[in-house]
Amino acid sequence: MTESSAITPEQVEHLASLSRIAMGEDELKSLAGDLSTILGNVARVNEVAGDDVPATSHPIPLTNVMRPDVVGETLTSEQALASAPAAEDDKFLVPQILGEE
Amino acid sequence: MKYEDAIKRYDPVIGIEVHVELGTATKMFDAAPNTFGGGPNTNVTPTSLGLPGSLPVVNEKGVEYAIKIGLALGCEIAETCRFARKNYFYPDVPKDFQTSQSDEPIASEGQVEVELEDGTIVTVPVERAHMEEDAGKNTHVGGATGRIQGADHSLVDYNRAGVPLVEIVTHPITGTGDRAAEVAASYVRTLRDIFRALDVSEARMEQGNVRADVNVSLRESPDAPLGTRTETKNVNSFRSIERAVRFEIARQATLLEAGEKVVQETRHFHEETGETSSGRPKSDADDYRYFPEPDLVPLQPARAWVEELRASLPELPAQKRRRLLGEWKFSDLEMRDIVNAGLLEAIEDTVTSGAKPAQARKWWTGEVARLANQEDKHPTEIVTPVQVAGLIDLIDQGKLNDKLAKDVLTGVVAGEGEPAEVMKARDLEIVEDTGALEVAVEEAIAANPDVVEKIKGGKMQAIGALMGPIMKATKGQADAGKAKDLILAKING
Repeated sequence: MTESSAITPEQVEHLASLSRIAMGEDELKSLAGDLSTILGNVARVNEVAGDDVPATSHPIPLTNVMRPDVVGETLTSEQALASAPAAEDDKFLVPQILGEE
Repeated sequence: MKYEDAIKRYDPVIGIEVHVELGTATKMFDAAPNTFGGGPNTNVTPTSLGLPGSLPVVNEKGVEYAIKIGLALGCEIAETCRFARKNYFYPDVPKDFQTSQSDEPIASEGQVEVELEDGTIVTVPVERAHMEEDAGKNTHVGGATGRIQGADHSLVDYNRAGVPLVEIVTHPITGTGDRAAEVAASYVRTLRDIFRALDVSEARMEQGNVRADVNVSLRESPDAPLGTRTETKNVNSFRSIERAVRFEIARQATLLEAGEKVVQETRHFHEETGETSSGRPKSDADDYRYFPEPDLVPLQPARAWVEELRASLPELPAQKRRRLLGEWKFSDLEMRDIVNAGLLEAIEDTVTSGAKPAQARKWWTGEVARLANQEDKHPTEIVTPVQVAGLIDLIDQGKLNDKLAKDVLTGVVAGEGEPAEVMKARDLEIVEDTGALEVAVEEAIAANPDVVEKIKGGKMQAIGALMGPIMKATKGQADAGKAKDLILAKING
């Protein structure tokens, strides 16, 4: 594992807050270790790939997959809301949104 | 510190992000209809809702419109670009990320020429235009004013989620000095006009089709490094944009004068007070962890397609104004008045229908505008260009003079028919009977020997004194030009 791929508990805490996940001190520490190991393993790809291999975002050599601008089948609001934990006035009901306007 | 003082003391720098909703038939990544209104959560598919297993497919029309916008702004169209996930948690984004573009926008590096009200041209540098999707709509329930504060819960409608957007981002706009606020508003107006000319969006500000985020920062002088900026979100009218920029310049100057720091943050504009208030701090919430969207393959717009779209671009508003200014030979001021009154198209169509430009301008900005104003309407709502051209044609044929034409216009506006029909129905046509006119002319000459002497002595304007009695005798239906010819013929003959 290289030094650059080491993840600190502070970074995990930041990610946890972005993900709205509450985490204790122990969890942050243990996750930092786990994530560092995972990153280190993934980083080994760099040892195999030479300079002639460009970074790849998509594994299949496919481009320009588009559809014509034609309206298709839609859900009814009943179908849309079927799996919602709560609904009101045909809308999804979510808990109070905190933190910003 | 007042705005006027702030602008003397500091050099403002602005930056603007404009979102435009595209007028496609369907959403950007799924086939749900892109329509305004409709029952909540009816214009949705599993993809709009981000349901597990659903996959996005790019709307070709959305890409076409984005390319057109890029070309109209003078941008380079990328040979290859990708979509990216912009991750954040907010209930109006059902997937917990917005599909957008990050470091590979479809269009980059262009510019927009913005004409200010007094004719000054400001070139606004455009950094990029990229494709993304709109979010759903939250309604906050339980708060006194429908705001988040005090709300018990929120309701979400995903009809708008996935509607195609193009976001246009400027480079920092410098050198605007005391006209920063005006430049900001005029820039957005210019974009709005371009969207309409391209027919890629209805571009109605009041419906939120076009939304602007306005960045403002101040610095000591044009040589100094850029100051800390604030971003005022979702300012939705030209007037509000101008007010928001003015308020932020004054507010930031007050802080700096007091030795305090401007906090980098997003702010909200309040229509009622014209003020902005603190939203959230920029720092960590801005960590969107962009990464390439694995569910959408890269886009490589064929060069032939791009060139085809370039060739199909309509004449843009600024080009059109320049061309018509040359063709019509109006003064800059006359042209600006027409543009500001929203009469450019009407006059152009009237000229196309056969009227002379000067006549078309005179009627639209004069009598038509006056009648429209009385009814609190826009001139184009009360008559058509074809009708105005028809009216002018009757004048040119000598069948109406200006006074009678105004009567005919009143009839046309009242829905009595086309100009020629109203003229007949109201019996307003100028009598072609030169016999009656000749009698009136002769009587006028006989009754005013002193005036006749003056005309003989070369004082042509004295003819006016004979017109009154002639018009009276013919009940206003005499053709002034013909009467004048007759007078001269009789006096000099």
